[in-house]
Amino acid sequence: MTAAAADPMQSFIRSRWGWRDWLLTTDHKRIALLYLLSITGFFFIGGAAASLVRLELLTPKADLLGEEIYNRSFTLHGIIMVWFFLIPSIPAVFGNFLVPLMIGARDLAFPRLNLASWYIFIAGGLIVLSAIIWGGVDTGWTFYTPYSTTYANSAVVLVIAGIVVAGFSSILTGLNFIVTIHTMRAPGMGWMRLPLFVWSTYATSIILVLATPVLAIVTILVAIERIWTVGIFNPDLGGDPLLFQHLFWFYSHPAVYIMVLPSMGVVSEIIPCFARKPIFGYHFIAFSSIAIAVLGFLVWGHHMFVSGQSIYASLIFSILSFLVAIPSAIKVFNWTATLHKGTIHFRTPMLYALGFVGLFVLGGLTGLLLAATAVDIHVHDTYFIVAHFHYIMVGGAVMGYLAAVHFWWPKLSGRRYHEGLGIFSAILLFVGFNLTFFPQFILGYEGMPRRTASYAEEFQLLNVLSTAGASILGVGYVLPLIYLLWTLRKAPDAGPNPWGATGLEWSVSSPPPQENFAETPVITGPPYAYDTMSDPMNQEYVHG
Amino acid sequence: MLPERAAEGAREVDAVFLSLIAMALFFVLLVGLLILRFSIKYRAGSRADRSGRVQKTWRWEVTWTIIPGLIGLAIFIWSGWVFFDVTQPPRNARTIYVVGKQWMWKIQHPDGPEEINELHLARGQPVKLLLRSQDVIHSFYIPAFRVKQDALPGRYTSMWFTPNKTGAFHLFCAEYCGTEHSQMRGTVYVMEPEAFQLWRSSASPKDKAPNMPGTPGAPLAITGQGTFFDFGCNACHTPSARVIAPQLDGLFGQQIRLRDGSLITADEQYIRESILDPNAKIAAGYAYPSLMPTYKGQISESEMRDLIQFIQDLRDGWPGKGETP
Ligand code: HEM
Ligand SMILES: [Cu+2]
Repeated sequence: MTAAAADPMQSFIRSRWGWRDWLLTTDHKRIALLYLLSITGFFFIGGAAASLVRLELLTPKADLLGEEIYNRSFTLHGIIMVWFFLIPSIPAVFGNFLVPLMIGARDLAFPRLNLASWYIFIAGGLIVLSAIIWGGVDTGWTFYTPYSTTYANSAVVLVIAGIVVAGFSSILTGLNFIVTIHTMRAPGMGWMRLPLFVWSTYATSIILVLATPVLAIVTILVAIERIWTVGIFNPDLGGDPLLFQHLFWFYSHPAVYIMVLPSMGVVSEIIPCFARKPIFGYHFIAFSSIAIAVLGFLVWGHHMFVSGQSIYASLIFSILSFLVAIPSAIKVFNWTATLHKGTIHFRTPMLYALGFVGLFVLGGLTGLLLAATAVDIHVHDTYFIVAHFHYIMVGGAVMGYLAAVHFWWPKLSGRRYHEGLGIFSAILLFVGFNLTFFPQFILGYEGMPRRTASYAEEFQLLNVLSTAGASILGVGYVLPLIYLLWTLRKAPDAGPNPWGATGLEWSVSSPPPQENFAETPVITGPPYAYDTMSDPMNQEYVHG
Repeated sequence: MLPERAAEGAREVDAVFLSLIAMALFFVLLVGLLILRFSIKYRAGSRADRSGRVQKTWRWEVTWTIIPGLIGLAIFIWSGWVFFDVTQPPRNARTIYVVGKQWMWKIQHPDGPEEINELHLARGQPVKLLLRSQDVIHSFYIPAFRVKQDALPGRYTSMWFTPNKTGAFHLFCAEYCGTEHSQMRGTVYVMEPEAFQLWRSSASPKDKAPNMPGTPGAPLAITGQGTFFDFGCNACHTPSARVIAPQLDGLFGQQIRLRDGSLITADEQYIRESILDPNAKIAAGYAYPSLMPTYKGQISESEMRDLIQFIQDLRDGWPGKGETP
């Protein structure tokens, strides 16, 4: 680009473009873009593995990949999607980009730590990818012992190393957000004036900081037992295999809230904006995020109802799991009530947000079926589970992520995408998603176990349906990639605030200036002060 | 749409499932229809009346917290009830020993027959499976019975059911256990009791005297009695022994008070542990450390199994000494 004048109010994308200006940047917005690029890469790698899995399942025999490669494919899929796409997705991309802008700060509290987090994340990812050269792993993303410690013949230790490394990135990012939200709010930005996205990022950060170390500990213990044959989990060596499951799910259950809480925050921003109405029950939505973060730590045993855990423990985990559904229900009802007497515009972000609500409700309610001990002993470890967590993680978290991408793309890039294409692919994704994963609920109740390359003949029809749905889903994921990239070449300017949204990030130009704010903003009122008068989206109705 | 049901508890599990589906449907429709209605009525450009928005939100919040909460509580209680039912075996259940290993199920009936990836059962007879794994974790899953239980290395777990419909049903391994996990499948045959008797006598090896301890196909309890004497258990654990040790007849399935005052059921896992690690749980009235030596490393899994079947049968008194309940 041109010899960059040191104008601090120049757009953060426009200013200097040497490789150092990107790879050594400490600007939260540029780091957000680095994450955006890298997790998009991981998403398509994880997606390729999923396509292999779905293709193998077209026929009841293990004929396309064979068992060995099938097992490695679903393991790679799970590991990449969980740790290298979903967990970083909204927090690392939009948390980074938005938290300082939303609270009126110049950057995160520790900008250099933020850059270091990205490098750590990439290092972790490269370690895991390098394991593919060594043949990959075949333990499933859950690494159950003693299979992973004693019997698996694959690159378990290498992959664990990658996950532990990436975990440090999570911890540091969470820490950075917590400190930033506590100490860097602009004057007047009290806790009860924080945008709900910031609340949910805060709740997510608590989980990141408290849960991730347990994951590191338990996976390192696996590596220790594997390398030095120290008896920790393998009963032949004097260990206890269930200890692993307790520790693993103590992290991994809260981790599903790491994936879905940020999406809830996104939806809480989008619905009031496109309904032109302040959000219903602000306090309840804010505190339900904290409630979810806390209760989420107390329900891990619902993954172990048939593991041989005491039935009294199971009953306690069961009732706690019913309880954790309540704060989620509160959110759903409040979003719905926000629509009441609003002025609703159906733009792409809103379609994704409403899609999120629908699919999350289904995923959440099927979670109640699993919390019911009597039902779970039948459907545990069947395709019912696979369907359930995909409704939450793909229908919920990924929809929320795409809602965020479409809502903030004009802010991030300064460009507008083709609205028609946006709406088309949102609908395509919704249809493809349901076609892929709804049949799996039925498969699961009929008794098809998960993680099998071959299966009983009678399950074939529903599997074919599911694979067909997956191909629609695949198109739905590639389309946005294409039309969003296209906007970088040629597209109308977005202007600072195309949606007429409230919120500080919309008060600066798009893309935001390097310095964020020319001078520190002062906040004088609550968030979501929407009214129909100042609605740019309304022009088209008023003028015809 | 519901898969075939072939065991007594299956109906209850389906009932809980269907009610939960009904509840889920209710909430999906409630939220879905509300969103749909608001979306149409309040779409931008519509002339709907938008005055008088709800101001006092907390009444609504309380309503939609309490109602789902109560529904959840009710379902928890019911489902917990059924869960209790399907996990607590009745006393008259026949114990069958199951071993999972990469990648097959080995099944041992208490009175002799052994099978692999097949399980023959008599209709109407309650059965308890005592599961164990020889390597990694597996999970014994019969969808038509609506039950599943993990098999762990190094300890016992159990499950039970009463098949109530004849036929052949799938048996799966539900816990991922390595390369050929998907091949770890089998069939459960439920037969009329007479047909089952016939199968049993033909499945037991005829050429060997079936009641000789240690012969394959001999009832486990008989072999177990031999093991009991071979390991010298009888030195302490018989009515005539001079050492003070707990009596084993009538012990199985009882509630035992331990030294620390807690209560425990004398089940297979407790007996196993008492043999391998006598100091782990000491019954009230006995000294710590226990006088009993550990048999860890000396006793094989099949000897353990036989001993347990022997002790279980001692429930009805010492063999050959008449009926002493
Ligand atoms: C987009 C985000 C996605 C995430 C976060 C995700 C996450 C996961 C996770 C955690 C597992 C469990 C892996 C395991 O059991 O080891 C899984 C399994 C699976 N996923 Fe996904 N997934 C995503 C997308 C998809 C898509 C688009 C498809 C279909 C094309 C798909 C198909 C499957 C299948 C078939 C399994 C079951 C593998 C098995 O248990 O045999 N997933 N996914
Ligand atoms: Cu198995």
